Amino acid sequence: MGVIYTIWLRNVKRYLRSKSRIIGSLGMPLFFLLILGFGLNSVVSIPGMEHDYIKFIIPGVVAMSVLFTSVFSGIQIIWDKQFGFLKETLVAPVPRVEIMLGQTLGGATTAVIQGLIILVLSLFLSGNPSDMVGFLIAVLFMALIGLSFTALGIAFASQMEDMHGFQLVMNFVIFPVFGLSGAVFPISTLPPFLRYLTYLDPLTYGVEGIRAGLLGTSQINPFTSLIVLVGFATFMIFLGGYLFKRMKV
Amino acid sequence: MAVDNVSFTVKEGEVFGFLGPNGAGKTTTISMLATLLAPTSGEAHVNGFNIKTQKDNVRKSIGIVFQDPSLDEELTAYENMDFHGRLYRIPKDTRIKKIEELLKLVELDERKNDLVKKFSGGMRRRLEIARGLMHEPKALFLDEPTLGLDPQTRNHIWEYIQRLSTEKNVTIILTTHYMEEADRLCDRVAIIDKGKIIVLDTPKNLKDGIGGDLITVETPDAESLCSHIQEFSWFKSSKQHDGYITVNVTDAERHIAEIASLSCQNNIEIKSINVHKPTLEDVFLHFTGKTIREDEASSLEHMRMVQRARRRR
Repeated sequence: MGVIYTIWLRNVKRYLRSKSRIIGSLGMPLFFLLILGFGLNSVVSIPGMEHDYIKFIIPGVVAMSVLFTSVFSGIQIIWDKQFGFLKETLVAPVPRVEIMLGQTLGGATTAVIQGLIILVLSLFLSGNPSDMVGFLIAVLFMALIGLSFTALGIAFASQMEDMHGFQLVMNFVIFPVFGLSGAVFPISTLPPFLRYLTYLDPLTYGVEGIRAGLLGTSQINPFTSLIVLVGFATFMIFLGGYLFKRMKV
Repeated sequence: MAVDNVSFTVKEGEVFGFLGPNGAGKTTTISMLATLLAPTSGEAHVNGFNIKTQKDNVRKSIGIVFQDPSLDEELTAYENMDFHGRLYRIPKDTRIKKIEELLKLVELDERKNDLVKKFSGGMRRRLEIARGLMHEPKALFLDEPTLGLDPQTRNHIWEYIQRLSTEKNVTIILTTHYMEEADRLCDRVAIIDKGKIIVLDTPKNLKDGIGGDLITVETPDAESLCSHIQEFSWFKSSKQHDGYITVNVTDAERHIAEIASLSCQNNIEIKSINVHKPTLEDVFLHFTGKTIREDEASSLEHMRMVQRARRRR
């Protein structure tokens, strides 16, 4: 436990110290929220949903913020590799799995904080704060997204030599995962072949889960979302742990 | 293959050095002993523990300072130490005491709450050495402890290392490609080249092994001068390298004049001539037929430098 806490603490400390990173990664989600939210608010109405479009995409933008921050936290291990710090960690008499778990929890924590900042900001924009239970449900789903995708980032990082591959991961994994998740459009109105793709995207269940918490309505049953996402998070942690264990430094 | 059939024993409490050019296999050897790299064949024990089957025990027994920096720059000196202490599961009271004590030892206690990114190269090295000692290892590995440091800082680090070995009685295993470093710090030195230990002894024995004095002559026509020198009755042995001839003699002062007049008679130009007692550099030359410096100019080292510079950016 001590080791996991140590690694977690380091990650959170580093995160809180890098003000530019916190502010920098607020940019993209806020941009989405403002441009899409206000831009399309008057022309888009979601069939079968009484909420405005801007309220509809708040959960999507929060999920996006958690997604990006967590993948990035995971991939940061490459920096530790390049700056040599990882060696110092790996030569200590501790199981690698604990190091990986500490890293995952640390990344997930920072991702949830980042998501909460967006959530609070967006509630200012749209007014109408949700009830406490719904809020906690949303946080639960944010945490699950954070865990899954930090582990995913670690899995990628353990296979990569340097940051060159980061762009590849961003363009061919993270953007498709975000785009197909139904974060900015309702999945029920999609043509069937596209709808099946969104069902294959784990983030869909995260977005729908947050949506269920914040808006009280969702297109996928929240329990289904919970089960799928817990399953995915578990799988990713095992996969990330396995790859991290085999990583060479 | 980076390291082939290396065999040696380090005694408790001694300072043991690997001296060799870059790429000789020093870091590979240390990485294997530190369990970061698995050997393809062979056996090794650290503090009595097998490096293949008892990794955790080996890791607990050693402290290591890597060749490349391995501190977290975004954390303070204290936090780096604290992180290490927690990883090695040192109880809180001991941890706090140890950090204070070791930071004082390397004279960083005044800067303990500063971020490491504000530290100079020498300060970082000292912090890394202090960190490596936190869990009271039996053996401390120092991989090129003074690489890239200016002469003054290097002297400083040497003093710390000497103090460690006398005050803490910790076994120190260091790698270096600086002759003076090996000569000054090490009780015994293993000269390593191309993955093999070529010779292993105390610096004094190694130098005495060469015996007498050395005359080094710089000349464009080393070949023919050498063949002439070999005809002297006092000639024992010589080595040619890169436009230099190093002649092994007793009473060098007497024979300089003979060499000078010899080259005069044969119209061989001499650019410089120099007499000295054997150094470890000469030992290396004697056993490998080349100097460490020659090896250093290799492209491999150049690549590393570029890579390192890129990383620092």
